[in-house]
Amino acid sequence: MTTRATLIAAVCALFAATAVATGQDDATEKAIQKYRDMLRADPWSNPGLLDADRGEALWTSARGPNKVSLEKCDLGKGPGKVEGAFAELPRYFADADRVMDLETRILWCMEKLQGFNRADLVRRPHPGGGQPVKELGAMATYIASKSAEMKFAAKLEHPKERETVALGETLFVRRSGPFDFACATCHEAKGLRIRLQGLPQLANPEEARKVVGEWPAYRVSSTHVMTMQHRMYDCYWQMRMPELELGSEASVALITYLTNQARGGEIAAPGLKR
Amino acid sequence: MKIIATACVLIGLSVAPAFAQQKPAVDPARADAVIKSAFPTAPPDWQSRLVPDETMRQCSAHHNRPPRAVAEAIQQREKAAIAYPPDGKLMGEWQKGERLAQSGYGLRFTDYPARGPNGGNCYACHQMTVQEVSYGTLGPSLLNYGKLRNFGEAEIKAAYEKIYNSQAALACSNMPRFGSNNVLTIDQIKDLVALLMSPDSPVNK
Repeated sequence: MTTRATLIAAVCALFAATAVATGQDDATEKAIQKYRDMLRADPWSNPGLLDADRGEALWTSARGPNKVSLEKCDLGKGPGKVEGAFAELPRYFADADRVMDLETRILWCMEKLQGFNRADLVRRPHPGGGQPVKELGAMATYIASKSAEMKFAAKLEHPKERETVALGETLFVRRSGPFDFACATCHEAKGLRIRLQGLPQLANPEEARKVVGEWPAYRVSSTHVMTMQHRMYDCYWQMRMPELELGSEASVALITYLTNQARGGEIAAPGLKR
Repeated sequence: MKIIATACVLIGLSVAPAFAQQKPAVDPARADAVIKSAFPTAPPDWQSRLVPDETMRQCSAHHNRPPRAVAEAIQQREKAAIAYPPDGKLMGEWQKGERLAQSGYGLRFTDYPARGPNGGNCYACHQMTVQEVSYGTLGPSLLNYGKLRNFGEAEIKAAYEKIYNSQAALACSNMPRFGSNNVLTIDQIKDLVALLMSPDSPVNK
């Protein structure tokens, strides 16, 4: 964080009028960092762990019209193999002939193995404030937690995987909507904030490695786990765009781009956020 | 001071895209199709939000660093899109402007039917008054904005134009084109101009 404060100072050093404000930014940033450190001081206090447990129970229970569990679901390392699977996602799945991130793959398994109706699952896929994460999100939290402390190591070598990364990068800088925003508007430059909220510089792998691995994360301000698909949906909401469909090609492409940016970064799911 | 301020804005812009050298590798038509299918519940009157206009398309294609000729074309086009108050008065009430600067309400899919006017959300990106410590740093500090410009007539007009259409002065600015995109009304923009340029506004205290 000292680096971040220094960079804020550097960018605006020419701006005589902000010299005072920069000192104020330092103090503000330190206070916010103290809050973040307190959240992380006791990892077992993370309520997201309860959702990981709920997700495990859901994963192993016979459910849906077909009354089967998801233990035959192939997350890329073979049917039922959960350990380390998240660390190698997103990836191309030949059975679906498309690249999928974790949540899109779980959605696919719920549809194909358990017989759930996809349209029902994507209608209201994310929790409102105060509600717990939905079943799919709880399972994503469980699967991601089974790669905790591993490093992001998706190969992303298949031509369709490479094309998906490129598509994600294109979408990252693509402006649209009444505010003219792209993801890059907030996440390209270093050390910036919206109000008091620090913005990760996702265009920079060094910074992406620090933050992408925290998702899914328990978000204190909304008192539930937010998944990566939900995070993308919420950004587009703030950008004044319509509702991003869970599992859409655009959502997968952005997550694949971000995961590629975070390659080698440690997975710390479920994370704990402001 | 104005030169320094301009320099900071320009530097802020040129520092950012250090990773921006590579051109988008994907055909824009493909990106358009992918975006269209990603928002299947968007009602007909929201479809235009999915499609970038010519200016956004040029900015995305050049990663917000358009070559000079493109930048000039953008600024010319956006300048022509500015509408001025019929009575010629460019300043409203700073008190109303302050409320608009605080509000991020409006145009999100959870904001319908509208429960109030759209906000300008200026504090999300700009420092504006010493009283408000919860401000963002995406844009430059606007503290003492009017005072630093001696509350000049030409500066009042420039502030109006900047808020109405940020890209008339700076192609591919990150700031929304609040007037041209119908986010804020002319009267709301006048109130924001007053917030920046009134000698008695907290911005200049």
